Amino acid sequence: MNDIEVENITKKFGDFTAVDAVSFTVAHGEVFGLLGPNGAGKSTLIRMMTTLLTPTSGSVRVNGFDVVESPNEVRKSIGVIPQAMTSDLTLSAEENMWIFARLYGVPGEKRKRIIGELLEAVQLSDWAKKPVRTFSGGMRRRLEIARGLVHEPKIFFLDEPTTGLDPVSRVAVWEMIDRLKRERDLTVLVTTHYMDEADKLCNRVAIVDHGKLVALDSPMKLKASIPGNNTLEVSFSHVPPGWLDTLKGLPDVAAVTPSDNVFRITTNNGPLTTVKLFEAAREAHAEVASLSVQSTTLDDVFVYYTGRQLRDAVDEHAVYDISHIYGRR
Amino acid sequence: MNRILAIIERDLRMFKRSPALIFASLMLPLVQLVVLGYAFGGNIKHLKVGVVDQDHGLEAVKLGNKLNAIEATAQTFTTQPYHDLHTALTDLRNGRLNGVINIPPNFTRDVLAQADPQIGLAVDNTDNFTAGTLESSLANLVNDYYKNGITPRVAPTIALQTVELYGYTPYIQYFLPAAIALSIFITAMIGGGIMYIDDKARGVHEGYLVTPIGKTELILGFTLSGAIKGVMAGVILMVFGTLIAGIPDPLDPWRLAKMFMVIVPTSIAFISMMFLMMVRTDDPLVPRSIFGVLNTLLFFPSGAIYPINAFPSWMHWIAIVDPFTYAIHGFKALLLKNTGFAAITGDITFLVVFSLIMMVSATALFRRTF
Ligand SMILES: Nc1ncnc2c1ncn2[C@@H]1O[C@H](COP(=O)(O)OP(=O)(O)OP(=O)(O)O)[C@@H](O)[C@H]1O
Ligand SMILES: [Mg+2]
Repeated sequence: MNDIEVENITKKFGDFTAVDAVSFTVAHGEVFGLLGPNGAGKSTLIRMMTTLLTPTSGSVRVNGFDVVESPNEVRKSIGVIPQAMTSDLTLSAEENMWIFARLYGVPGEKRKRIIGELLEAVQLSDWAKKPVRTFSGGMRRRLEIARGLVHEPKIFFLDEPTTGLDPVSRVAVWEMIDRLKRERDLTVLVTTHYMDEADKLCNRVAIVDHGKLVALDSPMKLKASIPGNNTLEVSFSHVPPGWLDTLKGLPDVAAVTPSDNVFRITTNNGPLTTVKLFEAAREAHAEVASLSVQSTTLDDVFVYYTGRQLRDAVDEHAVYDISHIYGRR
Repeated sequence: MNRILAIIERDLRMFKRSPALIFASLMLPLVQLVVLGYAFGGNIKHLKVGVVDQDHGLEAVKLGNKLNAIEATAQTFTTQPYHDLHTALTDLRNGRLNGVINIPPNFTRDVLAQADPQIGLAVDNTDNFTAGTLESSLANLVNDYYKNGITPRVAPTIALQTVELYGYTPYIQYFLPAAIALSIFITAMIGGGIMYIDDKARGVHEGYLVTPIGKTELILGFTLSGAIKGVMAGVILMVFGTLIAGIPDPLDPWRLAKMFMVIVPTSIAFISMMFLMMVRTDDPLVPRSIFGVLNTLLFFPSGAIYPINAFPSWMHWIAIVDPFTYAIHGFKALLLKNTGFAAITGDITFLVVFSLIMMVSATALFRRTF
């Protein structure tokens, strides 16, 4: 039995389909990543798996229980860290955990021990009695991670645990998740829009865009699944006529995606393509203004499957969001 | 049960850390108690009255003396002589005077001849209170005048014998029950309305909803923690209010106990009413924007500051379903008349039934999942 089984779930808000016929399973002990830009439907998916939202159609089983039929059994099996930071600022770290231990019905004798252990695990023991108001963003996140585990759940859902943190805190949070997972034999489902994090830490990754699942596999296989193993990002002093076709005709080139002045070339042979690129540019009397060569990343995978860069997708969503606030015509 | 206590404990701990809520809830009722209590309660004094003597006779002088006597003792008004009526009336219109007394040219002769002597009084009746005060004060004076030798042509109307059941109630005491109810209402408004919606918007409730807590447990937790804060506000206002307003025997334990029995259901009634209103609301602006409307709509028709009997019938209907009405009725009975338990059972019954209806409806409307 898989810890999480999502079958063909859809969630509609009125006419708008936020999650569109998504299916996947997560095996016990896996760290499973949901990747996608803002508005992709990641939180909506998590809310359905954690009994907060009822799916419009399809089914979700968590720890063997159906989220609609036995929500309380599901709730007892899972720990959830919502996207928004919700710890109470005027209460101490310990008090925040205490309240949740009682909401989860953790027996009195056990509470103190577990809270102590968990605060130790997220390195907040020294801060146990301090009000959360005095914590940094990273510390609050770590506290919430500990809070989500007070009832010793099997399956742990984290919605964007590192968004808004500085790079050092991000690493700290991920290390903590990784260690807790191993120590407590957890299954972890985590959402993020940091591709590099997902690459390093997830066993498998699902890419979601506009509510649809567009790709699902281990980061390594996902990178291998797209043509080319190097990516060249190159810009020129000017763009000669028919330039896109010329670039596509270079040896070993798998795909070329133009965006503004920058061409993103995926190739199976980075060094050779680079040499030929300079030759072609000289012949066309154009100069190479900038060039970078990288190995394929999950970003490239995202671009390949969605036809957009993640940052474009984010920008697009931001524009959409604003129009929403000021009222769409 | 443990889960209900967890929610209550969280709310009360937060409340203990930042007790601003209780100050906010006590501020308005206390200020109103003191300011309204004294603003409405006192006698009107030092009105400026112009006196135009066109008679210059003996009786006019006597009348002037009587006016001076009132001026010196009751201080209701101060007089100012005018030579002609026109100037006096102009000053009245321009607000330099509150009233003008005109003694007509033939006054002394008419008095002596007992030929229906008249005095004119012009008042600025855009202000009913001042006008009323001047009229009654002058009517007394004219009455006195008659007693001192002049038989009025019209027989005096039959004097009404009033029996006063209780001692004179200063307005500040009349307003105290309203102030106590108001402090509970504001606590419910801030604690049950604004803070509840802010928690919801912040995602705190989502945190609760992923735990195995039941719907009824949640509502009970929210209601009870809100009610506890309401009771604290009500009790504090009761203690300080009775002292400030000078209620006799302010610390009579039996009365305090009866007050407590009204304060508790009042708190539950207000907080559960708040939850019913907020149960389907997400927007933090909503409780803030309905605050004033709700306050006006429920507080004023309840007989808090003016007797219900004076209201038009639509307002009467509000008074009938309004928890304020019963809370204030109960508090009034206990604080102003020191009645027994029988006088407040009706109020307590209404408040309990009202709370039950609100809580059942809120539970029915509360959505655990969306
Ligand atoms: N309750 C709701 N009512 C209407 N639309 C909603 C609701 N919740 C989410 N949506 C819409 O569904 C889409 C997906 O939202 P969701 O929060 O799942 O995205 P996300 O991938 O978590 O994004 P983010 O990275 O910003 O957290 C968005 O367009 C959002 O506006
Ligand atoms: Mg989200």
